[in-house]
Amino acid sequence: MTIAEFSRRLRAGETTSVETTTECLARIDADNEGLNAFILVTADEALQTARAADRELAAGRDRGPLHGVPVSVKDIIDVYDQPTTAASRVRDGHRATRDATVVAHLRSAGAVLIGKTNLHEFALGTTNEESAFGPARNPHDRMRSPGGSSGGSAISVATGMALATVGTDTGGSIRIPAAACGIVGLKPTFGELSTDGVVPLSPSLDHVGPLAQTVDDAWVVCRALGGDASPRRLTPVPLTALRLAVPRDYFLDLLDAEVRARFDEALGLLARAGIRIHDATIGHARAIQATYLHLTLPEAAAYHAPMLDTVAERYTKPVRLRLEMGRYILAEDYVRAKAMRDQLCREVDAALANCDALVLPTMPIPATLIGADTVRVGDSSEPVRNTTLRLTQLFNLTGHPAITLPCGTTAEHLPVGLQLVGARHHTAALASAALACEAVLGATPALAAARTS
Amino acid sequence: MTVDAWLQMAINDAERRGVPELRPLLEMLARGTQVLRDAATPAPDDNHPPSRR
Repeated sequence: MTIAEFSRRLRAGETTSVETTTECLARIDADNEGLNAFILVTADEALQTARAADRELAAGRDRGPLHGVPVSVKDIIDVYDQPTTAASRVRDGHRATRDATVVAHLRSAGAVLIGKTNLHEFALGTTNEESAFGPARNPHDRMRSPGGSSGGSAISVATGMALATVGTDTGGSIRIPAAACGIVGLKPTFGELSTDGVVPLSPSLDHVGPLAQTVDDAWVVCRALGGDASPRRLTPVPLTALRLAVPRDYFLDLLDAEVRARFDEALGLLARAGIRIHDATIGHARAIQATYLHLTLPEAAAYHAPMLDTVAERYTKPVRLRLEMGRYILAEDYVRAKAMRDQLCREVDAALANCDALVLPTMPIPATLIGADTVRVGDSSEPVRNTTLRLTQLFNLTGHPAITLPCGTTAEHLPVGLQLVGARHHTAALASAALACEAVLGATPALAAARTS
Repeated sequence: MTVDAWLQMAINDAERRGVPELRPLLEMLARGTQVLRDAATPAPDDNHPPSRR
């Protein structure tokens, strides 16, 4: 059930927050052991909040579209009096002394917090495999990763354990798992949502944002996270007024054949619906991965240095090694990376000057097998981590808002995501464009199959 | 410092600190550093890089 559908049924007296929260808890009971989506389930508190939400509505107090909605939270975000594990033994004994700002806003909007979700340790990874609580598993194929780092969050929405969730995104950690699990993930403009009370990975790249079943739901949650519990209703951009641009060079060079096919089919559908589509160029695209590494690793190492010096053995080994790598990057190369980020920012701005949004796949590959370090793409064997981040990390560097929505499935029924990128500080315009595209792509049988499997 | 000199220094330090497993990661990082340096451009004329906020 979507938030919009729940909201309608709640106000029509066809359901209650307690009833829907109970259904979510039943799904967690049934499936969490196999999927490992949740680190902590707060059933008693959730039902207590749901009962209060039902009483409030009966008394005439309506907090808006998130009133009584069961929502999960990535376990890297503080929720008062609960541990924030960041999926790491390094955090043993932690208990949050207050809510993160986005969590406080969720509570004010009437959301029912149902539990904390699994993630890649400290959000430093794209597969959700390196977690002190064990790997989370993709609901479309349990042998595969749900993507990461917000993997548990994506599973919770894709399986109906929650109606929406809150994730974080430093290189693609909202968009990657949303695409891998067949749902919508929105990374707003850098700085739009507070990261107060969120364990940092790379403060100049960290974003908070929602994952949900639809663009409309994601927008409502995004606004609530920012403190606007009753946002203006999103309206789709008229299709014939919409202009999209495809950054082909580099971005479409390395694509799984089925991802390429679904992307091309989606572009065809959008064009036939009246949307104008042209090509765009990002001149320094081949420096994206190097720039990303030279910014995120030193920033992560700076935060983790005290723990690396005292409790290094508590990290999973791959995460510890990546953090250690950041300690060796020279200051002069960090400064070069900052300058390159500014250059990339100008190039994305220029590409967006002639269109409403850039359009590209979210991941070059479908969800990967758990345990795989490399993946076949065409004739080559590529590292899973670098390949997974390839199409998302640019927009963390530049801070542009980006959203992923489903655009079909592979022959093995694995979801494929379509990414739209908008102008900075115009997340609402991006969401309106995505709403229009969703209406077109939603007509495809493949998308319907992905949503109901 | 050249990338080669930096890499050798980093590998030596990682081994001294008992983290020899870092070597392949540092070698990968060195390739990225070279890409970054090769791609680096002078600062823009207007001295006003775009704000991300």
